[in-house]
Amino acid sequence: MAKSIKIRAKIKGDETTVKCLMTHPMETGLRKDKKTGKAIPAHFINEVVAEAGGKTVMTAYWSGGISKNPYLSFAFTGAAKGDEVKISWTDNQGGSDSETAQIK
Amino acid sequence: MTTNIKRRVFLKGSLAAGTVGVAVGAGLLTPQAVLAAWPKPAFEAKSVDDALSAAMGSASNSASDSIKIKAPDIAENGAVVPVSVATDMSGVESIALLADGNNTPLVATFNLGAGAVPDVATRIKMGKTGDVIAVVKAGGKLMSARKSVKVTIGGCGG
Repeated sequence: MAKSIKIRAKIKGDETTVKCLMTHPMETGLRKDKKTGKAIPAHFINEVVAEAGGKTVMTAYWSGGISKNPYLSFAFTGAAKGDEVKISWTDNQGGSDSETAQIK
Repeated sequence: MTTNIKRRVFLKGSLAAGTVGVAVGAGLLTPQAVLAAWPKPAFEAKSVDDALSAAMGSASNSASDSIKIKAPDIAENGAVVPVSVATDMSGVESIALLADGNNTPLVATFNLGAGAVPDVATRIKMGKTGDVIAVVKAGGKLMSARKSVKVTIGGCGG
């Protein structure tokens, strides 16, 4: 599951905008496998935590209603150029990943 | 995949017996810290009001002009509907995003922490034509805005 997150963090004035893309199937559990007719088990990211400077900036709780390979954008103040932003996600099957990026 | 199917079968069986504790013991509901925080009843609620009461503590909210939802008028593909929510209100604690045409309307909640600006964007799935609803909690009050999105191909199931 390595490298499942891509992060772009840019600072403009005192506001930092973070955009990230995660690689994840985001199965709702409602879809059926066309070949076997069995339901595909739910497999989606249910928690995303964004940290900057050791503080949690945002915690997002998701359902399977977020699109496959989720995109997330958010903004915060109080950071400086070169600071690190950390994004980590956990899914409903216990999988997780995290990635850090420098603010440009 | 075989392990996943087994797990699913097992989960079904144990839930049917009403023994969620067994599922926890089997490691299905781990890590527990995450599940404790993830508002399961809110995400499983079938109506907008139920989801809001479970996620935000109340279903009553007032419409507000200061919440801006950006979403397409017509989504050709309901599996990927770009949505962004921004507001100029101060003291925003959390933002909930709902799609009232979906099986389980609550799509996401964003809990803003230190220094966060109330401006989030993501892409959601919409099963059918309906409203995208953004509910913002600021200073203990709930404010909402909605925007209707016409979906030509559904994104749930299919």
